[in-house]
Amino acid sequence: MASSTPVDDEATLIAQLRAGDEAAFEQVVRLYGGRLLAVARRIVGSDEEARDVVQDAFLNAFKSFDRFEGNAKLSTWLHRIAVNAALMKLRTRKRKPEQSIETLLPSFLDDGHHEERFKSWDEPIDKIMERKETRELVRRQIDALPESYRTVLVLRDIEGLDTEETANMLGLSVNATKIRLHRARQALRSLLSPHFRSAAS
Amino acid sequence: MKCRELAEFLMDYVSGELPQESRVHFEFHLSKCKNCHEYLVQYEITVKAGKIACDELSDELPDNMPDDLVRAVLAARKA
Repeated sequence: MASSTPVDDEATLIAQLRAGDEAAFEQVVRLYGGRLLAVARRIVGSDEEARDVVQDAFLNAFKSFDRFEGNAKLSTWLHRIAVNAALMKLRTRKRKPEQSIETLLPSFLDDGHHEERFKSWDEPIDKIMERKETRELVRRQIDALPESYRTVLVLRDIEGLDTEETANMLGLSVNATKIRLHRARQALRSLLSPHFRSAAS
Repeated sequence: MKCRELAEFLMDYVSGELPQESRVHFEFHLSKCKNCHEYLVQYEITVKAGKIACDELSDELPDNMPDDLVRAVLAARKA
């Protein structure tokens, strides 16, 4: 357990980290670990690998506190390190052949009209999402997206990175990133549709 | 503009990046085509649903760091 009183002043905490204070390290891990675990979990898609990612992220962070600039927020800085560690994990793991996204995209008739007639999702979004099981369902459907699309959707729509940052992190062009995000959103819509329709009936 | 193009321009429209001229065509189609209107609504809901579902404050509390992982991280730092 922490031997000293937890500090809520970030500047003090950072000074203690730089001084190698063991209790400060523990405080940071306890304070931000859960959040980083959630971020890692969303990117790598498995609990087991997310744990490795969090460990890597903290070790990277502890090694580079000298490069932490005082005007950034510690949480934002750690978040970025965790995202990088998670992407690194994806790059090093054996690639599974990726499932095609085509079947989850809208299809069109020769005259350019949608093939599908979209049934409305009647219930307001805030109401649907109030239910824990719906939130779990949405997370499962995000996990079900093909990896290269899921990653873009998570970085852009959930972790809040902008298109350029996302493109840089993934080694993609801005245009390719935009196309993937759009397809990922369309695919997620298709995956949610049967559930959101039935929720409204 | 056909439904196919509308689906293609959807993201730029939603983010306000669609150039003025295309936007006029887009909105004209939208005003006539219920199906595309519904598709747009669902696209926007999808983006919001993803954000809400992954909002750490809703389910995944920031303090859910398992104790054994805390210990593993601290031990690895000293290794």
